[in-house]
Amino acid sequence: MKQDIPGTTLFDGDQAQKGLALNRMCFSFNSAENRAAFLADEEGYCRKFGLTAEQRAAVKSRNVLAMIAAGGNVYYLAKLAGIFGLNVQDIGAQQTGTTVDQFKQKLAAAGR
Amino acid sequence: MAKIIGGVATTHVPSIGKAIAEQKQNDPYWKPFFKGFDYVHYWLAREKPDVAVVFYNDHGLNFFLDKLPTFAVGAAAEYKNEDEGWGIPVSRSIAGDPALSWHIINNLVADEFDITMCQDMLVDHSVTIPMALMWPGEKWTVRIVPISINTVQHPLPSMKRCLNLGRSVGRAVNSYPQDLRVMIVGTGGLSHQLDGKRAGFINKEFDQLCMDKLAGEPDFLTRYSIHDVVEESGAQGVEFLNWMAMRGALTGRVTEVHRNYHIPISNTAAATMVFENRDEAARRAA
Repeated sequence: MKQDIPGTTLFDGDQAQKGLALNRMCFSFNSAENRAAFLADEEGYCRKFGLTAEQRAAVKSRNVLAMIAAGGNVYYLAKLAGIFGLNVQDIGAQQTGTTVDQFKQKLAAAGR
Repeated sequence: MAKIIGGVATTHVPSIGKAIAEQKQNDPYWKPFFKGFDYVHYWLAREKPDVAVVFYNDHGLNFFLDKLPTFAVGAAAEYKNEDEGWGIPVSRSIAGDPALSWHIINNLVADEFDITMCQDMLVDHSVTIPMALMWPGEKWTVRIVPISINTVQHPLPSMKRCLNLGRSVGRAVNSYPQDLRVMIVGTGGLSHQLDGKRAGFINKEFDQLCMDKLAGEPDFLTRYSIHDVVEESGAQGVEFLNWMAMRGALTGRVTEVHRNYHIPISNTAAATMVFENRDEAARRAA
């Protein structure tokens, strides 16, 4: 059931278990102090939250699809993206392999 | 007795909070969305609600994924908003109505909805942005009863379950002895998807079907499984569950009196609707 909607990963029990450490770290980014701590020492901050090797590599590469594959939930990943000043059009463009302008044009086209 | 006067459903996209802070309401990008609230303001000024019951979904402010209730009812005297990590301004807090909250909680559990009760509850943009849209300048005078529905971590409650949750809330409000004018709010949606290779997915046709059926035939929409809704409406389009609950709580004769639909706001098909709820006695008198 999970994989049969193309390009979509349902955030279900399997993903929730897999992603717990990564999502817990992203949850901590509700605090400005924690966002600053991440920026000051990314490696140490990730270690503190016990990220798996896959999760650490995904965060390091700033690759959203890899973070989702590692169990990341997009609402939590958006808190991480926010640290880098990226919004949901930026991460939408990255995930779909387009430029941000092309992604915005695609959204606008859906209304016509 | 308390009286349910109607409902408002609206998108709650976080960037709306930034647009309000930067006063972009009349920018070409934003105007088609914000204009849709002129009628809402007129309606609220005319209807003068005392309390709003707000169906929404938390995005990782009050709840984390470690302990996530399917349905949670706020029973606080005050609801605070806090930093959500994505740079939208923190809202002023919103007054609660604990007596009405506990009445709703008691009735829901008696009705076999085994909800989580929250005497402390932060509310996120999913509550504060609709409030700021309905009452610009954060000048709301209503108290709220927030009811959170899990739309984040599957399994999610079904469309039917959420419609029935709303119906149970509606019956509870109707049996509340105090003279209150109660409005129901459903937030989120419509179609959008933030994650995966299908990010940017929007489905105008399905959104229109949902809006067309909501007033007169909400039960029609219960034929869609959660899987169907994700497929038709996008991974985050499932926030429509909040709209189903809102509609369920309108227990009288329901009329759609306003609709605004605009693509896109951020990654989302943005929609705002207003429904009136007339009880049978009022209908006979009219």
